[in-house]
Amino acid sequence: METVSRRSFLKVTSIASASALVLGFDLFNTAEAGVLDTIFAPNAYITINTAGLVTLMAPNPEIGQGIKTSLPMILAEELNVKWDSVYVEMASLDPKYGSQTAGGSGAIRGRFAPIRNAGATARMMLITAAAQQWGVKEEDCYADDGFVIHKPTGKKAGYGELVTKAATLPVPTDVKLKDPKDFKIIGTRVHNIDNQKIITGKPLYGIDTRRPGMLFALVSRPPAFGKVYKSFDDTETRKVAGVKNVVAANGVVAVLATSTWAAKKGRDVLKVVWEDSALLENSADHENTFTTMVNTPTAAPARNDGDVDTAFASGGKVLEATYSVPNLSHANMEPINFFADVKDGKAELYGPTQVPLSMRNAVAKALNIAPENVSIGMPRQGGGFGRKLHPDNGVEAALISAAAKAPVQLMWTREDDIQGDFYRPASMTKYKAVISADNQLLGWHANSVVLSSGGALMGRGFPAAAIPNFRLDMQNLKSNIPTGPWRGPTANAAAFGDESFLDEIALEMKKDPVALRLELLNLAKTKPVGQTGYDIDKFKSVIDLVVEMSKWGKDPQKNVFQGFAAYYSFSTYVAQVAEVTVVNGTPRVSKVYCAVNCGRVVNLSGAENQVQGAIVDGLSHALFSKITFEKGAAVQKNFNTYKFLHMQDAPIDVVVQFVKTEDAPTGLGEPGLPPIAPAVANAIFKATGKRYRKLPFDLANKSKDNA
Amino acid sequence: MATYHLSVNSKPVTVDADADTPLLWVLRDHLNLVGTKFGCGVAACGACTVHLDGTAVRSCSFPVNAVGTTKVTTIEGLSKDGDHPVQAAWSEVDVAQCGYCQAGQIMAAAALLKRIPNPTDADIDANMTNICRCGTHTRIRKAIHLAAAKRGGVKK
Repeated sequence: METVSRRSFLKVTSIASASALVLGFDLFNTAEAGVLDTIFAPNAYITINTAGLVTLMAPNPEIGQGIKTSLPMILAEELNVKWDSVYVEMASLDPKYGSQTAGGSGAIRGRFAPIRNAGATARMMLITAAAQQWGVKEEDCYADDGFVIHKPTGKKAGYGELVTKAATLPVPTDVKLKDPKDFKIIGTRVHNIDNQKIITGKPLYGIDTRRPGMLFALVSRPPAFGKVYKSFDDTETRKVAGVKNVVAANGVVAVLATSTWAAKKGRDVLKVVWEDSALLENSADHENTFTTMVNTPTAAPARNDGDVDTAFASGGKVLEATYSVPNLSHANMEPINFFADVKDGKAELYGPTQVPLSMRNAVAKALNIAPENVSIGMPRQGGGFGRKLHPDNGVEAALISAAAKAPVQLMWTREDDIQGDFYRPASMTKYKAVISADNQLLGWHANSVVLSSGGALMGRGFPAAAIPNFRLDMQNLKSNIPTGPWRGPTANAAAFGDESFLDEIALEMKKDPVALRLELLNLAKTKPVGQTGYDIDKFKSVIDLVVEMSKWGKDPQKNVFQGFAAYYSFSTYVAQVAEVTVVNGTPRVSKVYCAVNCGRVVNLSGAENQVQGAIVDGLSHALFSKITFEKGAAVQKNFNTYKFLHMQDAPIDVVVQFVKTEDAPTGLGEPGLPPIAPAVANAIFKATGKRYRKLPFDLANKSKDNA
Repeated sequence: MATYHLSVNSKPVTVDADADTPLLWVLRDHLNLVGTKFGCGVAACGACTVHLDGTAVRSCSFPVNAVGTTKVTTIEGLSKDGDHPVQAAWSEVDVAQCGYCQAGQIMAAAALLKRIPNPTDADIDANMTNICRCGTHTRIRKAIHLAAAKRGGVKK
């Protein structure tokens, strides 16, 4: 795919030498690469040719978080070129690009400073080249919009005229970054770099890969967790027109065919014997065990400030509530897939992954070849949400390609995906609080149990440090159901319980929920108890801003009910006010206000889109989504039973504002999601008097007890 | 296996396929028009939306033998240069995040505007039922209103 887009690009820009764009690109043949010495490439990220064409590499996997746009923006900013003039290219896996990961909302956080440095290095070398070429002083020259200009005379040269000279210069070690007040690109609204390709349906994604001789592979996989492959009978499958091969690899059976539909029909008649290898579990049993466990304090609490037992026995008003969240599937819109061509001791892989380096190592290990013999190319990806932190898709494709001795495009159907995922773990948390006679929050105890791995409480998150007696117990229920990271791990469950329960406490104390939080934040500042894992002023900055945006507590409109929640995760502070209206007896989230403190914003349009999307995503799952297991198998199999919201349940508008700050940027892919479920639960309570303590809300189901 | 003569993006094409092959796979695997996306296979998400004689159809659940003489339009054929008002609005509002569902969203929106040139929010609620896992719904709504305005509609 990249080859096609590259060639058409070369054609339209009429570049004589194809050498301009090729550093480190393994799909492009090195003979064509030509005369490398005409190119200025001071580091892995920037290439400028003699025609002045600037190519910026996008090093990190693009999963919809906008990193393919925002990292090159930072390069362009420091390089001092016009954004519209650059060509952005997705990198393949290569150690020269540093950490190529999409996860933990970390790419901008980790790369802002080094990427600025890379851009500034190139700019300084071009200025030096101009000064030497003109025989003038460097300090009399400056760079702007792709030119170096000699200030006293106004003489100027385009970057293309300077690259031959610049390429001969030593790379400076003392690099001067731009003064942020001179930023022209960072902080502006820049559109998704792939917009034109997306809206015209150009091949962009792993699933769009087409190669000569390629076979489409669909896989028959265990129908339940606890079952494993034993044997297969492919007699009927091989009779299906288009089916070319059937292979067992990696505990699954792959049907390879000349089209997806032929592979599907072949798989439909494949007879596979699966045998039980472990207990086939039920969600109902998990829930029963959860209920016992949350009532049993552990021997080693994760946090234990003061003495909650004494506080609860002090005669104050005690509140108790149990919150729970279900298992969730990642369900990326682009179904799981990978292209693999394994031959002659080498493996070429191309497909969706958030962890290309782990992918390479896992594929090398599975094939028993050296990692250097595995190449990983990265297309644009139709979602991530944590699913592709596991390299299972590429490993499976590689093993099938090796077994079938053919290039293969592996694809999971939606049923394969939803039933064969690792899941956001179901969890249950029992909260207990005590309010003293003088109306102070004296004690807080949360005891959580989480299926398999992961957490549902944050040890150092708010309101920790603000309450004198504060205890957290964190437990896991051992299970055969695999669980793992899902957008905003831990935070997505913890925020729902913590921020809903705080609302219940505020109500009991007859205090405004926002006022209670500000009061607690003041206590955490003036009389902190134990470790504080958050910045109190930054926390307040988003609360103050969202109060102002939403006119919280002022001039309530008829039939508009506001709910508040705030949460800190991935180094970013978020406060939200959800507005609910009641339509024909059913609450609808009509509008959401959101204030964010994520340090300096790189791409205003992209950042706003991330937060708006995280809110709708979080709302969608809060309203509708859950995975339950019966006899080890997910009951929900496709989007007709594993539900997402449609337009009719989406907010009409989501208003996002960022706190203005000079701080370095922090994470943004995840932090917008955790507060929306509790903000909505709190608003629904105001609107209906019903407290939802269990996700999903499933509002249309009036008979259901979610309390 | 049978031979089908179809009109796809105003071009006649010939395809040898099983009668029950969903139009989606004919487009993607036989004709290499990969802009139309696979999402669910059960007409629940709309990622595979195309037009049959201008009407939105979920091609994953529409067999090739039912296409007949209707004219198939995919995202690749919606406009010559990607400048259909809906495409232009999608670009201007900067709708996409991962972008995977957007071809289907655009085709659904274009069909909606053909039927209802100036949709209200309630019209959009009732007619846009495609799934977007990234949650771009608020921008999709804005883009539909903008596209309506671009087509010369008057915003209600």
